[in-house]
Amino acid sequence: MTNSLENYKQAFANSRNRRSPAEPAELVRTREEALNRFLAVGFPTTRDEEWRFTSVAPIAGHAFTLAEAAANAGHRDVAPLRLPGVFGAELVFVDGRFALALSSIDELPRGVRLGSLADDAGSHANGTESHLARVAPFDRRAFVALNTALFTDGAYIQIPAHTVMEKPIHVLFVSSGETDGRRAAMSHPRVLAVLGDDSQAAIVESYAGPEGALYFTNVVTEIVLGENAVLDHYKLQHESTEAYHVGAMFLKAARSAHCASHSISLGGSIVRNDVVAVLDGEGGECTLNGLYLADGHRLIDNHTTIDHAMPHCGSREIYKGILADRARGVFNGKIIVRPDAQKTDAKQTNRALLLSEDAQVNSKPELEIFANDVKCTHGAAIGQLDEDAVFYLRSRGLSLAEARHMLIHAFAGDVLNRMPLEAIRNGVEAVLRRQLARALAVAA
Amino acid sequence: MLKVRNLHARVAGREILRGIDLSMNHGEVHAIMGPNGSGKSTLARVLSGHPEYEVTEGEVLFEGENLLEMEPEERARAGVFMAFQYPVEIPGVNNAYFLKAALNTMRKHRGEEELDAMEFMTLVRDRMKQLDMDEALLSRPVNEGFSGGEKKRNEIFQMAVLEPKLGVLDETDSGLDIDALRVVAHGVNTMRNADRSFLVVTHYQRLLNYIVPDVVHVLTDGRIIRSGGKELALELEDKGYGWLEEPVGTSEA
Repeated sequence: MTNSLENYKQAFANSRNRRSPAEPAELVRTREEALNRFLAVGFPTTRDEEWRFTSVAPIAGHAFTLAEAAANAGHRDVAPLRLPGVFGAELVFVDGRFALALSSIDELPRGVRLGSLADDAGSHANGTESHLARVAPFDRRAFVALNTALFTDGAYIQIPAHTVMEKPIHVLFVSSGETDGRRAAMSHPRVLAVLGDDSQAAIVESYAGPEGALYFTNVVTEIVLGENAVLDHYKLQHESTEAYHVGAMFLKAARSAHCASHSISLGGSIVRNDVVAVLDGEGGECTLNGLYLADGHRLIDNHTTIDHAMPHCGSREIYKGILADRARGVFNGKIIVRPDAQKTDAKQTNRALLLSEDAQVNSKPELEIFANDVKCTHGAAIGQLDEDAVFYLRSRGLSLAEARHMLIHAFAGDVLNRMPLEAIRNGVEAVLRRQLARALAVAA
Repeated sequence: MLKVRNLHARVAGREILRGIDLSMNHGEVHAIMGPNGSGKSTLARVLSGHPEYEVTEGEVLFEGENLLEMEPEERARAGVFMAFQYPVEIPGVNNAYFLKAALNTMRKHRGEEELDAMEFMTLVRDRMKQLDMDEALLSRPVNEGFSGGEKKRNEIFQMAVLEPKLGVLDETDSGLDIDALRVVAHGVNTMRNADRSFLVVTHYQRLLNYIVPDVVHVLTDGRIIRSGGKELALELEDKGYGWLEEPVGTSEA
């Protein structure tokens, strides 16, 4: 393990010269702190309650190197969502580095700014530095600390107050899967989105790499919503099934802000998604939905936290998993209701569909309620395909495979149908269909 | 069209059918009557290929083909339709979507062109009207939240769309009020023709006032103990099943 930490110390030293020399002094200090924090705590182990069911030993055991592939047009081809005309802006990153030539930005509403954090870090003009690395705390999160120390690029999106971004924004992180000959590559991209008061936007993050490639993506997303802001957020994780993906999203919502985040996890060998939403003003609303699919020996772990800090906030959460072969799923849903957060209305549902005897899921709701006038419900269910339903569909002429597909899609549809953007929903559905066909073909 | 010979079947290790013999011609309606636990529904489920029922002896030929060797979907594609006694609810699967997939699978199997959305809707609207069904049911998940009567009607509706050669109705009349019963019977009668046959499993004679059978079979204890014309049903209504269980000798049809 010590060797592996040494590797990250080295990576930090190397990453220095990739950073903008004009980086604000405070960010430089934060990075040093983050590195020291990471070196002090190291990678989490299964003795850590937050990582009880997810061993990251395979990640810790690899000496990953910071990737440096030059972007080329081929990199776009692994994108899971190719929806011409749908996005108002597409920011493409290859191995965590902004690829201007692959990106496209339509005419933006007045005041909307988006682009590469590396270009932006030096300029103090637009105020991202007041949020960058401040929304995502890293003292108890080793991977966030690692990202904070090492990120050299990523996307920033700034929507000014009273501005509506009509078309969704797509941020695509492609891993090239290239190695330096000996060592697999890693990238630590960062996303920062700041929505002003009364603004509205839809943001799609996708992650992809060539199938079969081994690499490590460790992303941190920070989102700040002003009063009454409305955000529709999607994360489509479609990494290579050999890759490691660790992602953490931190969201802070001011008074009456509305946020819906949809997490779709289809790829990855070991995947961990953390979502932390803090409802920090009265009347805020947050929806966290998730759908994951794993087959083979893959593991997908979703940890969510919804922190109700103020009164009259609502949250809705539905996570569903489909697990085949010997795959494992983990769901941990924490709901915190602070003493001030009276009239909180929170609802959490977690379901898993096991398609084989050997698949398994560990599901745990965690309710920490410190207010007395609240409504909090949670439910979890783990089950197999309903054999009676399979028979019913077959008795109408559908094959066993068609019947199974139809029922699995119905299970997933519960999450997909809650995605408000039809183009994204259809795009995701198509990707899911492909992945599912692959998983079931292997299983059969 | 359908020939059942010495059919024995069991479920959960218990023998329910103990040698059924039955022969149906094209265009005929046969009714299977009998007291509770006689094996009526088991017979229907065995014909549909339900995996919980194990055939231990005998054979079933449908249009000359060995039905028992076919998977449930192959039976459906060959033209056997089962209207279930307790249709299952399938959350998340849209009724119209499901039925269109089923119909097009059948059509493909028969070498016919698949219907597009417009053609499908035209067909479906016509059949729904026949069965006095609310079109809103189309956009709901299959059977989910349907009343008992709506579920039964939905079964007959599916049959009307899929147009099988043999319709097996498993206690479709149970739990229906008289209006719904008339509608369901009308749906079946509309489909009757010289080629299509129906096997109507029922506990009550009432249904047979509306779907008039050519042959009535009485099933007790896993065997057909009496077969006759439609008047047999009336006699049963009058005298009860006990009358037949008296030692009058087992009659072979």
